[in-house]
Amino acid sequence: MAKILKRERLVPNIHLIEIEDPQIAKKCKPGQFVIVMADNFGERIPLTIADWDTEKGSVTSVFLVVGTSTHKLSLLEAGDEVPVFVGPLGRPSEIEKFGKILCAGGCFGIAAIYPIARAMKEAGNTVITVLDVKANFLLYWEDKLRSVSDEFYVSSRDGYYDCKEFIPKTLESVVKKEGKIDRVISIGCTYLMYTCSEATKPLGVKTLVSLNPIMVDGTGMCGACRVTVDGRTKFACVDGPDFDGHLVDWEELFIRRKSYFEDEIESLCYWEKKNFP
Amino acid sequence: MAEKKEMPPELKGKLRARFNEDWRKELRKSFPVKERMKLPRQKMPERDPEERNKDFSEVNLGLTEKWAREEAKRCLDCANPQCVMGCPVGIDIPTFVKLLEIGDYEQSVRKLKETNVLPAICGRVCPQETQCEVVCNLMKATGVPVAIGNLERFIADYERNTGDVHIPKLPPSTGHKVAVLGAGPAGLTVAGDLALKGHDVTIFEALHVAGGVLVYGIPEFRLPKKILSAEVDYLQNLGVELKTNFVVGLTATIDDLKKEGYEVFFIGTGAGLPNFMRIPGENLVGVYSANEYLTRVNLMRAYDFPVYDTPVYLAKRAAVLGGGNVAMDSVRTAKRLGAKFSACVYRRSRAEMPARAEEVHHAEEEGIEFHFLTTPIRFIGDDKGHLKAMECLRMELGEPDDSGRRRPVPIEGSEFIMEVDLVVVAIGNSSNPLIGQTTPGLKVGKWGNVEVDWETMATNMEGVYAGGDIIRGGATVILAMGDARIAATEMDKYLRSKKAKKRKR
Repeated sequence: MAKILKRERLVPNIHLIEIEDPQIAKKCKPGQFVIVMADNFGERIPLTIADWDTEKGSVTSVFLVVGTSTHKLSLLEAGDEVPVFVGPLGRPSEIEKFGKILCAGGCFGIAAIYPIARAMKEAGNTVITVLDVKANFLLYWEDKLRSVSDEFYVSSRDGYYDCKEFIPKTLESVVKKEGKIDRVISIGCTYLMYTCSEATKPLGVKTLVSLNPIMVDGTGMCGACRVTVDGRTKFACVDGPDFDGHLVDWEELFIRRKSYFEDEIESLCYWEKKNFP
Repeated sequence: MAEKKEMPPELKGKLRARFNEDWRKELRKSFPVKERMKLPRQKMPERDPEERNKDFSEVNLGLTEKWAREEAKRCLDCANPQCVMGCPVGIDIPTFVKLLEIGDYEQSVRKLKETNVLPAICGRVCPQETQCEVVCNLMKATGVPVAIGNLERFIADYERNTGDVHIPKLPPSTGHKVAVLGAGPAGLTVAGDLALKGHDVTIFEALHVAGGVLVYGIPEFRLPKKILSAEVDYLQNLGVELKTNFVVGLTATIDDLKKEGYEVFFIGTGAGLPNFMRIPGENLVGVYSANEYLTRVNLMRAYDFPVYDTPVYLAKRAAVLGGGNVAMDSVRTAKRLGAKFSACVYRRSRAEMPARAEEVHHAEEEGIEFHFLTTPIRFIGDDKGHLKAMECLRMELGEPDDSGRRRPVPIEGSEFIMEVDLVVVAIGNSSNPLIGQTTPGLKVGKWGNVEVDWETMATNMEGVYAGGDIIRGGATVILAMGDARIAATEMDKYLRSKKAKKRKR
């Protein structure tokens, strides 16, 4: 059992969860993930690590509420316990001095990209951060991300910030303005990562994405998370989760992520009926 | 793998001493061999196929006390018991069977547990017909061996059902800290053996439940979870500590654990990396590895969705690729989940199937179809990316290959389409790569398997041993336990010699 230290709603539908586990906190590296089960009936769900505190012995993740599992997580409070909390899983992101790094995040990826931006900054890179939100009130962790960024842009559909366009367009104009970029890292929903990769492809900038296929065990045992990269099948949990966005078979990923679409609806209806009659 | 070996003199002596005990002599005299040989083998009672293929309750019901004692009478109590050598963990079979025959169940189960900490599991899932039973002298004489597995199961179940499981008196603690990586059959065995020697054992398990393949792989209808958890409880009662949700290599490395005072390690992390066919369409929705399919159903209880949150695809027409026990488990699971058509598709013929005969027989009874000498060459999806069919080729058997089995050769122009909406790939596993990747200096083979000295199960790193599928790349529960038995003996020796060295200094 792992204890929840904090659970808060950051913005509508996006929650932060901080879980106590000194052993995992000691080992976290940017780009890795944990697996959580909200209760004994739950699914094992992967969450990217957004931050950790070795002194306090805690690990923080941020998630979007979508189906039953994330609904359950969003209802937990400080002091509650979860039966499964395991990690850190996956290969850490490649962190070294590349030069100029562009971090593109959206949704839960705003938090997930934070430790990477921080580590890239610490490694001596110039860090340009570009975030995407649908509206200004959906932006969170602005201060945290600003603190590790040399340049900071937000594209918000309501035009509240720098740019009104969806993030790929913003990327193009930022690249034009900032000149040569050595590496782009994109984390967020599959569509965001796909479009970012499409946008950087013609620019010839290496783009890494943190893939989030459906997983079960997260240690390479089951192969649920297989993705095709450069024509070869990879397991996102042990070969990734970071892959070259220009080589990912996105269509396959979109389809595989929807494998249980109808079941997810059935599950949520069942759970809602049971808990909120 | 039942190669003929000479019995070690030490074991021979031990067995002989028990053979010569007075009660054994009397028992042999009381009922002559000739009469014993006339007794029929007691049949394992099973649930009706049409009933059991719709649920996940156990298929075999177990022998009754009366039947078990009748069956025990069939054992000839040979002077040279080949069965003991046939058993990868060297159970003293004649002694436990004869104790059963005279009704001393308490001593029988103790004898059994001296060499096997998981008898209720082995009695269910071991391939006795290729191990202890195949070399049974009654087999040679009459063609029908003693039902050793069924007796093992009976006696283990009997003790558990009394609710009074004997916990042996442990020797004083040696103070040595042992780390066992992986709570599968190998890890559990090592842990039990070393706890009985007085060492301080901790098992680190990546999943949230102990058991490894016993919990995620082998279905409830073959090995009920409550039996597994009783065996794990027993180990914990022996003082074994169990840390679940702990991925060695990631949560902590072997080096980290050394710093925490662990002196000796056993790597039993299993064959956690499923093999695929590597043919077009394999990543279509509806194509699963057996590991994923079985994990969803067994560990995550998808058969009880939506009470449990984890779903699994409920097929109308299922094909399982492969001819091993995992394939049998998968194809029978698909049937239980409601598939009208559930077929085993195997590239060789029935004779080459590695699955236990009993499992194949059970599958047939339950309405599983078998398509031998057939192999898929591509999977075909619908416009939504969901599997709808597979194209197959017919095969014929050619010359024997390295495994001694005749190699399947495709018949040209024999392509045909099989309509299926679920495929489970059950063609084996490779070793899980995590431990190799995260343990610098550990010698790992071409397939990610940890390399060991097969005499001692020692890896190239001092104090680090390995066994089970992480060295074999996909074998059986009992072979893993056999490796574990050797490793545990060597690990104990290692700890004792280490202590002696320290004293000398």
